[in-house]
Amino acid sequence: MSGLRVIRAGPGETIQDQGRFGYLRYGVVESGPMDWVAHAIANRALGNPPDAAALEISRGGIDVACEGAPLYVAFAGGAFVWERNGTRLPTAAVVRLRAGERLTAKTGAWGAWTYLAVAGGIDVPPVLGSRSTYARFAIGGFEGRALRPNDLLRVLPAEDAAPGEGAIVTPLLERPVAPVRVVLGPQDDYFTSVAIETFFSRPYAISTRFDRMGYWLEGPLLAHAGGFDIVSDGIALGAIQVPGSGQPVVLLADHQSTGGYPKLGTLARADVGAFAQRRPGEEVRFARCDAEAARAALLGVYRALDHPPASRDELLRASNLIGGVVNPISP
Amino acid sequence: MPASSSKLSPPRFLDAGESAVVVEFGRAVDVALHDRVLALDAALGAAKIPGITETVPTYRSLMVRYEPRVLGRGDVVEQVRALLERAWPVSSSPSRRTVPVCFEPPYAEDLAEAAEKLGLEERRVVEIFAQATYRLYMYGFLPGYAYLGRLPKELQIPRREKPRSAVPPGAVLIAGEQVVIAGVASPTGWHMIGRTPLRVLDLERERPFIFDVGDEVAIEAIGAAAFEQ
Repeated sequence: MSGLRVIRAGPGETIQDQGRFGYLRYGVVESGPMDWVAHAIANRALGNPPDAAALEISRGGIDVACEGAPLYVAFAGGAFVWERNGTRLPTAAVVRLRAGERLTAKTGAWGAWTYLAVAGGIDVPPVLGSRSTYARFAIGGFEGRALRPNDLLRVLPAEDAAPGEGAIVTPLLERPVAPVRVVLGPQDDYFTSVAIETFFSRPYAISTRFDRMGYWLEGPLLAHAGGFDIVSDGIALGAIQVPGSGQPVVLLADHQSTGGYPKLGTLARADVGAFAQRRPGEEVRFARCDAEAARAALLGVYRALDHPPASRDELLRASNLIGGVVNPISP
Repeated sequence: MPASSSKLSPPRFLDAGESAVVVEFGRAVDVALHDRVLALDAALGAAKIPGITETVPTYRSLMVRYEPRVLGRGDVVEQVRALLERAWPVSSSPSRRTVPVCFEPPYAEDLAEAAEKLGLEERRVVEIFAQATYRLYMYGFLPGYAYLGRLPKELQIPRREKPRSAVPPGAVLIAGEQVVIAGVASPTGWHMIGRTPLRVLDLERERPFIFDVGDEVAIEAIGAAAFEQ
């Protein structure tokens, strides 16, 4: 039986698949990856089914060892520093790990999350139809909790026996700098026009109050036009909720299912991962778009994800281009 | 309900990004509004429209989640409008459920405090509470956190000044005109007047959530001995 043994894991690192859908009406949020695009890239690089579960790694980094038969793994996300047995690898790559080999990730130049996928996907029992971890209530994932040293992550049989090794190169993994697109609503009419204009014209910073539930923003406070209590209604991933204090919070993967404060807008799904990759203190700007433009942007991301992967040779060349790093192909 | 529906204004379609539309029937806690939420929820459930992935009923709105690779906002609004015209009003007979609740120590931590604030005897609070029937308006906030209404006027009190950091699963909580039966342990500022041994949420069960939105809930007072069984 082969798998990945956790030697060391940063805080709050969990198993995530695409998310848990269909239970929001029962108060159970979708969870899933903070950066769904990077998660999808790692899975696709291995030919995994879209619902395969992978490790979500925070800036705390990780250290895992391969046990048993060799494993193909892929990682993608922010610019983390990846090493195999102490040898530097690209920030996103497919590599083959043999028994005893160690793979480590440390925080790097930018980014808050990276994903480690294994060919076949991590084998944890689905709970309410998903392998995602909702750690706050011990739902799903590895025993319902964040990873700890000595956990052994078992792997499901892989569809693609030998995916090409090498760096993963795609514009989808470039450092996000563009303004994050936001669709107004559902309660934009609870805000003054000045507040809405302020939100879209002034920079905000990610505050130190951040986790998988959401990121609080630092910047100009947003005034409500009237009251700020609403009768609770549903919350969508990426909702920008503004409580009485006027300080906005962007609700992310583990958000609550309903809320009683007005929501000014919702991040375009295409930009949720790019937003989540920002670290505390980093600046973020927001740009207004409508639901159709946000949909077009999302379909654009799916097209880019579906783009046929580069050939093995192209991957090799690309990996050699990355700062003279090591050829990640194993001998 | 059909008699009053003509007085109700048409729903508003609010964007929640490119993957969900909120169909807002009103902004208050109101049985007539909730009837419309339930009717649309049932109609969408029956219609099984490809691309509509999930609905989230609340007191006064229905969030309709969709797959943007299949549908656009305009398609969803059109489909919902058509259903509202065709299927409205739908009267469904709700499931009735009886929930055993223990109002004795140690399961009713805030009953004495609530009774004192209400100027009623504890026994009377329990009587009034257990005589009423409730509608399950929505699950919200946390997994299996069931919101019921409406609490009889005589029992309506504001939240406690000092929130509790945790009440156990099954806690029966009151604040304002609302009642919550908690599916999971949670912090709360509401008064815990009792606790049910029923597990609202049990992942090991074939049906993990015992209630559905729209259920009619009656209360049966039980003793501490019965609770412990």
